[in-house]
Amino acid sequence: MSLWRGGEKGRYETYKVPLRENQTVLDVVTFVQRHLDPTLSYRFACRVGMCGSCAMTVNGRPRWTCRTHVSRVATRGQLEIGPLENLPVIKDLTTDMRPFFEKWQQAKGAFVPSQTRGDEIERIRPDSPARIAADAAIECINCAICYAACDTVRWNSDYLGPAALNRAWTLVNDVRDGATSERLQAVAASGGCHACHSHQSCQELCPQQLNPTASIAGLKRRTMWAYLKGEI
Amino acid sequence: MTLRHLRHRHSALWLAALAHRLSGLALAVFLPLHFLTLGLAIRGEAPLESFLRWSDQPLVKLAESALIFLLMLHMFGGLRLLVIENLSWRDGQKQAATIVAGVSAAIAFFLLARMF
Ligand code: SF4
Ligand code: SF4
Ligand code: FES
Repeated sequence: MSLWRGGEKGRYETYKVPLRENQTVLDVVTFVQRHLDPTLSYRFACRVGMCGSCAMTVNGRPRWTCRTHVSRVATRGQLEIGPLENLPVIKDLTTDMRPFFEKWQQAKGAFVPSQTRGDEIERIRPDSPARIAADAAIECINCAICYAACDTVRWNSDYLGPAALNRAWTLVNDVRDGATSERLQAVAASGGCHACHSHQSCQELCPQQLNPTASIAGLKRRTMWAYLKGEI
Repeated sequence: MTLRHLRHRHSALWLAALAHRLSGLALAVFLPLHFLTLGLAIRGEAPLESFLRWSDQPLVKLAESALIFLLMLHMFGGLRLLVIENLSWRDGQKQAATIVAGVSAAIAFFLLARMF
């Protein structure tokens, strides 16, 4: 397999690793670090597809490496593993995720409570349309695979990207949140939801099978109506 | 963009986006030529007549139907995007994009057949 070594201006280097039944891409990267070169840098935490920290570019395609079996993706026994695209490379397989998370903040991705702990717990019907919309988009693990796959992110460094906008959509549909109009304003600004071209690469590659394109389309409609009604 | 980047960029929807972009560019180049031709009609019959005779050649006809294909592709593809962005989400976008390409090709082919 070949692994990206070095920073932004690095190169691919080749390693030989044993082919085993039932191993993930993360397993073979770990093998290299444990047995061949301890200076290899990469990220992981949960190893079960929950934390979103292990995403890398595997044979040209962004993937969660802890849930990707080598047997499914190796071509002729070979793998090429690099850092995620559209993010600055720190070293080897680790990228600087700051731009990704800063955009979550810009898209007002933090919940803003509208009540206090002294208030009664709000009842939310799971079958209400807003909750169904929020639930459909809520399981994001912040892996940045969609961000790495999106051509609009590649072209426009100000674009908030699929994950941050998807997060904003879940909060816009959360009736307990108290910052809808600020959030709609933030995502309607330049670099926001209206910059999305509906390519659907994000949806295609999201390991959680979320559909950021649909969430962004929802934001496009919501911001348009809010604008027409003079709310933003 | 290098070949490496193309490795996850070959799904029907990515190709649909590429086709939409390229057909848009091609139409932008074509439109001024189209208006130039219409301008010939204003200037009198002779220049238009000679242009029309030129456009009677098979190769030009082929190019014309290719243009119609691009126009249809751009129009129906644009309608698909408008539906995504303005109505509630519907699945099956890959099929929709394939149908857009198929219908556009059928219309262009039909017109080509009629030209000969
Ligand atoms: S649909 Fe929008 S967010 Fe998703 S990949 Fe395309 S441009 Fe990016
Ligand atoms: S939307 Fe999907 S691909 Fe994007 S960060 Fe969340 S889980 Fe990852
Ligand atoms: S290591 Fe946590 S998602 Fe892969």
